[in-house]
Amino acid sequence: MRAALHIAGKDLRQRLRDRSAILLAVVVPLALAAIFSVLFGQASTPRAFRYAVVDHDHSRITATFENQVLGMLADRGIVTVRPMAERQARTEVADGSLDAAFVFPAGFAAKVQSPRRVAVQVVGSVDQVTATDVARSIARAYVADLNAARVAVAAVTHQQPGASPGAVAAEVVGSAPSLQLADVSAQARVLDTKTYFAAGMAVFFLLFTVQFGVSSLIDERSDGTLARLLAAPVRRTEILAGKLVTSFVLGVTSLTVLVLATTWLLGASWGNPLGVGLLVVAGVLAGTGITSLVASLARTPEQAGSWQAVVAVTLGLLGGSFFPIQQSGALLATLSLATPHAWFLRGLADLSGGVGDVLPAVAALLAIGLVTGTVAVLRIDKVVAP
Amino acid sequence: MTSSITATSERGEPEPSSVLGCRGLRRCFGELVAVDDVSFSVAAGETYGLLGPNGAGKTTIISVVAGVLEADAGQVLIDGVPMRPAALDVKSRIGYVPQDIALYPDLSGEENLRFFAALYRLPRELARSRVAEVLDVVGLTDRAKDQVKKYSGGMKRRLNIAVGLVHRPRLLILDEPTVGVDPQSRNAILDSIERLSAGGMAVLYTTHYMEEAERLCDRVGILDLGHLIAEGRPRDLTARLGAAEHIVITVDGDVERAQKAAETLSVVSGSSHDETDLDVLVRDAESALPAVMEAVRSTGCALRSVTIQEPDLEAVFLHLTGKRLRD
Repeated sequence: MRAALHIAGKDLRQRLRDRSAILLAVVVPLALAAIFSVLFGQASTPRAFRYAVVDHDHSRITATFENQVLGMLADRGIVTVRPMAERQARTEVADGSLDAAFVFPAGFAAKVQSPRRVAVQVVGSVDQVTATDVARSIARAYVADLNAARVAVAAVTHQQPGASPGAVAAEVVGSAPSLQLADVSAQARVLDTKTYFAAGMAVFFLLFTVQFGVSSLIDERSDGTLARLLAAPVRRTEILAGKLVTSFVLGVTSLTVLVLATTWLLGASWGNPLGVGLLVVAGVLAGTGITSLVASLARTPEQAGSWQAVVAVTLGLLGGSFFPIQQSGALLATLSLATPHAWFLRGLADLSGGVGDVLPAVAALLAIGLVTGTVAVLRIDKVVAP
Repeated sequence: MTSSITATSERGEPEPSSVLGCRGLRRCFGELVAVDDVSFSVAAGETYGLLGPNGAGKTTIISVVAGVLEADAGQVLIDGVPMRPAALDVKSRIGYVPQDIALYPDLSGEENLRFFAALYRLPRELARSRVAEVLDVVGLTDRAKDQVKKYSGGMKRRLNIAVGLVHRPRLLILDEPTVGVDPQSRNAILDSIERLSAGGMAVLYTTHYMEEAERLCDRVGILDLGHLIAEGRPRDLTARLGAAEHIVITVDGDVERAQKAAETLSVVSGSSHDETDLDVLVRDAESALPAVMEAVRSTGCALRSVTIQEPDLEAVFLHLTGKRLRD
């Protein structure tokens, strides 16, 4: 297989002299990872919603809301809560110091114990849509609980005429917070923003980088040099192997440089080097298999280039290179498992549990590479033909 | 059109001393029969020309001989050993220079040569000396370190040939190596080929330039529509035309009509035309000229010039096929 190494050496030398290849393999993904990290980094870092409670009623019911309902959220770091006068609250919401304020009118508790309708006013900032929506949802849920309590009071006093409606209502409303927080952590563990976009861009551009290997066979056919290789004492399998070696070296080099560069320049945290190394090798093999398969179906360099771009972008989007695909529903999350991107990102997330946890993702990547690469190799007579 | 020359391709076994022997080659592309029952041989130190217009099958034969394509039928022997695409030892005896420039433009001339020297398994030191040697042969020593994309068209052509020479092949295959080359580079290329042949290398050369074939080739095979229709030494082939001569008339008018008029004359044994020139074959140009000119004039064409040429391979091809080599 010395001929394969000579061919790979020649190809790599050509690629090194081709600045567009270096741009595509390293510079562009690094730049995009940096841009995405800056753009989405702040948005992805959760900030506690800043709420105030304006209590004109000073009842046990309003105290329950402030201390237990909002207090529980405050304990989890989801909100901050301050009691405040109404004028100050409206001023702070207007100037952006507060996200929203809950205003309980005087006589609120009395209304709860009567057939009259009760309402909590939410004053929200127009610039903080999410925080205001969350505040409205909290208020709506609390009012719904109060209405449920009112029904319960009516039922108890009907059955027990001597019972005090106020005591029953206070008992029901104060018995449990109206919001229940459940742990809804995702099935897959989540990468921090910088690492996510660094990895996403790295694996997205990987498919463009490794295509320089096998696709160059089509270029050689078009340029006439493939006929020259076929006339030389070189086996067709050696020619194909040379191109695969080129893809592999380019892919591993590109990913390695990106791992190091994003770690040092962007502060990405890739995890255990051994696990990352396994994912890099498996990811490159998967990418090489896919681009080889696409190249084996194309007849011209233009066809190969456009098909590979379509495949790379589609798989990148579906695989979650640009946004976490798990947030887009179960169907897309399931479909994403057909892409090397999803397995690469999942493997990195799993790496926080130890190197052993990355093995399923590595196995999936190797399987993708094996299946696609085998089909491409079986088409060798089409690929390595004058 | 009538022909007084009989195709004379030699269809027996290749000579025992032949470097290249082809027997009954046939190659199809789908329904198209590109090459059919072609046999010829080339001896050491001999330059054999495959002569024919575009589409005659020259490049297909070259590709089969070089092991790039496999024949559907027939056999190629290199030093008596059958050539197949997987016959690596046989391939190492051949130097292949394709019709199109097949080089890596981002690499230097020297790097291109070293890469192919490595593929032909030359040891590193030997490769270094061979690279220097062939760069000298093609006159590119001074530009060896420059990237090929900075070379002129003629320099690329010369390097294209150098790649085929770097491993000192027994058989050098050149597929129209002078297409698009300036006269100076063309002469340099032809000089190099003459020297290589004189050094004992067998050369298989395709061209549709008859003057190149006449200068370089010890023997030529004339191809038309995939068939070898005649073979022999250039002078023998032209001699078979007898005392035939060309009358080339440049006309202003309907040249096709002029050709038809000329062909009605009994003294005309063949004819062809392009956009302006009518080319007729006659046994005695001097005596036939007045009748030919009169026939052309009778069609309403004006005569711009008249030239009488000695018999050559162009005339042979015209006589055999009714077509010009460069059609």
